Amino acid sequence: MLNPAFDDPSNISLLVKAIHDLSPGEIKIMEVCGTHTMSIAKSGIKTLLPDSVKLISGPGCPVCVTPSDSIDSALSLSERDDLIIASYGDMIRVPGSVRGDTLLKRRAMGADIRIVYSPVDAVDIAKGNPDKQVVFLGVGFETTAPGTCAAIDTAIKNDISNFSVFSMLKRVEPALRAIIEKDGFDIDGFLCPGHVATIMGENGFIFLEKDYHIPAVISGFEPADILSSIYKLISQIKSSSARLENEYTRAVSKAGNTLAVSMIDKYLSCCDTEFRGLGMVPSGGFCIRDDFSAFDAEKRFPIKIKRTGDDLPACRCASVIIGREDPLSCPFFASVCTPEDPIGPCMVSSEGACAAAYKYRSL
Amino acid sequence: MEDIITLDYGSGGKKTSQLIENLLLPRLLNEELEKLSDGAILDGSDKLVFSTDSFVVKPYFFPGGDIGKLAVCGTVNDICMCGGVPKYLSLGLIIEEGLPLKHLEKIISSISEAAKECSVTVSTGDTKVVERGFGDGIYVNTSGIGFLKYPWLSNKNIRDGDAVIVTGNIGEHGTAVMLARDGLLSSDSIVSDCAPLIDLAAKICEYGHSVRVMRDPTRGGIATTLNEFVNGSPFSIEINEDAVPISPSVKSACDILGIDPLYCANEGRILFIAAENEAQSLIDALRKHKDGRDCAMIGHVTSRFPGKVTVKTPFGGTRIVQKLSGAQLPRIC
Amino acid sequence: MCLAVPLRISSVDGVNAVGEVEGIKRNIRIDFLNDVKIGDYVIVHAGFAIEKLNAVQAEENLDSILEVARIAQSGV
Repeated sequence: MLNPAFDDPSNISLLVKAIHDLSPGEIKIMEVCGTHTMSIAKSGIKTLLPDSVKLISGPGCPVCVTPSDSIDSALSLSERDDLIIASYGDMIRVPGSVRGDTLLKRRAMGADIRIVYSPVDAVDIAKGNPDKQVVFLGVGFETTAPGTCAAIDTAIKNDISNFSVFSMLKRVEPALRAIIEKDGFDIDGFLCPGHVATIMGENGFIFLEKDYHIPAVISGFEPADILSSIYKLISQIKSSSARLENEYTRAVSKAGNTLAVSMIDKYLSCCDTEFRGLGMVPSGGFCIRDDFSAFDAEKRFPIKIKRTGDDLPACRCASVIIGREDPLSCPFFASVCTPEDPIGPCMVSSEGACAAAYKYRSL
Repeated sequence: MEDIITLDYGSGGKKTSQLIENLLLPRLLNEELEKLSDGAILDGSDKLVFSTDSFVVKPYFFPGGDIGKLAVCGTVNDICMCGGVPKYLSLGLIIEEGLPLKHLEKIISSISEAAKECSVTVSTGDTKVVERGFGDGIYVNTSGIGFLKYPWLSNKNIRDGDAVIVTGNIGEHGTAVMLARDGLLSSDSIVSDCAPLIDLAAKICEYGHSVRVMRDPTRGGIATTLNEFVNGSPFSIEINEDAVPISPSVKSACDILGIDPLYCANEGRILFIAAENEAQSLIDALRKHKDGRDCAMIGHVTSRFPGKVTVKTPFGGTRIVQKLSGAQLPRIC
Repeated sequence: MCLAVPLRISSVDGVNAVGEVEGIKRNIRIDFLNDVKIGDYVIVHAGFAIEKLNAVQAEENLDSILEVARIAQSGV
């Protein structure tokens, strides 16, 4: 349905030319969303931009920002015989605090771990397995949160009590605030996640303009969207203006999707949560409200983590996620740490910065 | 006979004989197999091509074929890719207790039809039955012997400037099986491309040494096979994403699931490298065949990035394509 | 975090619907949209439709992108 002109290579060339014509100096743009990282990687946009324009991956890869603790908790839950873990494919290969210990490995060792495409699939699994507990690993940001709540809603409406959610859901605004307020923050502009904005509206990102005076553009995911957004950001940076612009007008309104937001508000409250790379982020997470604690896996199951220590000290994922370190400067990059045998999530996540860098390194 | 396979059918006793006499032999009838001896004595050749493959596809019935057809075509095609003319197959069956006989009959009939189409005989075989809960219904192994006819094919023949050609639309088998297994998406138009490649291979090899090497890009898709062609060599392969033939429905299914069609399995396609000056003539000849209608040149061999495979996106960007590392999983991010 | 694809609605049943593209059908939930009709286009993420795509808005979005391209072309 999308007008083919969105993908027309001649339009793309013109957009690339327009960016080059701006003669941008050294500019750092943070692309917050993992899906942007993926789209940029797939279309090869990085190789088309002027060398002086750097695209830095931000904390918008929910897999990458999930701390080892949470993964260890999920792994520990999977040890129970009476329990089925339902998870998106994205999480299956992510190691916890022990390298190589992943949900995929646990499945091979006999744990009942099932990949789902939607949170309601997990409710169906619960319905079909009344003698087992089903825990859905709720990863994601505001785009994914409403669906996760709808799953709880569905379980309640259909009297399915053997279902619960392990909420690892996070919020983009607090994460961005934490990055901006960190010492040494030197990003010139933000490419904002288009589908988070579909839910939260332009209103969800206006804080970047009002509180921090940083150029920001809400961007769609087609190469034309991304290039157009980069153009807008560079124009703003060059003219020293700092506004929030909405490039993705076909999907993002000022107020966003109010039905989705009410669903979030009904089931979730904001809570302080740990982000890999950012430490404890005030109000950075979504927790299940007390009224619905029956569906909160952390309340239902006493999860004892047998930590062997901190995040593997070698792993630089924490600084990569916040744009402080380039994957290529990590001593383990591509030698010891590869997508097949990753030390941290940035290398194994399909849109992690290290995984994306791994594909490009020799060009 | 009862309507499902039970453990007794694998015991080697009366029930096993019943299964062979009543279900397997009538469908796989040939002189050598009928002898029911421990092995087959076959007419030979100077150089033999010998290949083996095991098939564990789930589900075992999928749009466009089943595990039986796949088991014959898979090994036959491997022999063809080595420059052999396939002649004989062995057939090993590992059946899960509880498999409906009707399913087994259908699978064996598929094997029989595919064998006839490929002019190969199933000369020897074995059947085992395992307990319920083990075996996913049925696993099949086929080993095949062919006579070497085109001895020159090898990676080592690849030269700078050679054309890279694929004989048809990619990703159909992998996507069809994924849809059939997971039930997430339904589609009438996505069907496995599972087919014997004997005719196409013969047509290609008519061009002699202009054809450097051929492979069928099965597990891991064309991305993995392209890497196998050049990894560790001084050559690279640069392909144009736009030039890779793919049906709109396979492309959409992959978009929805978040997987890359370059890594999806193909079971009825040949990916080959040939001299640039013969490329168009080859493509024209293959397009005349029912299984080669979408044959296309997708790129070239270069020496710019030794050992690597790159894709030029429709927008002029470039990305590296590596071998498949683990099974592709659907994403939300 | 945002992988989503546009699908065309081919049937609706309460909060459930079927979305289609190129002959591929997928069961989706439409809890977060009002008044979804057959023929509507929606963006689907993790099995949920999160927004409707309106043809007019899509055209306008494209126009504003192309405006940048036109700037480049005219050398302004």
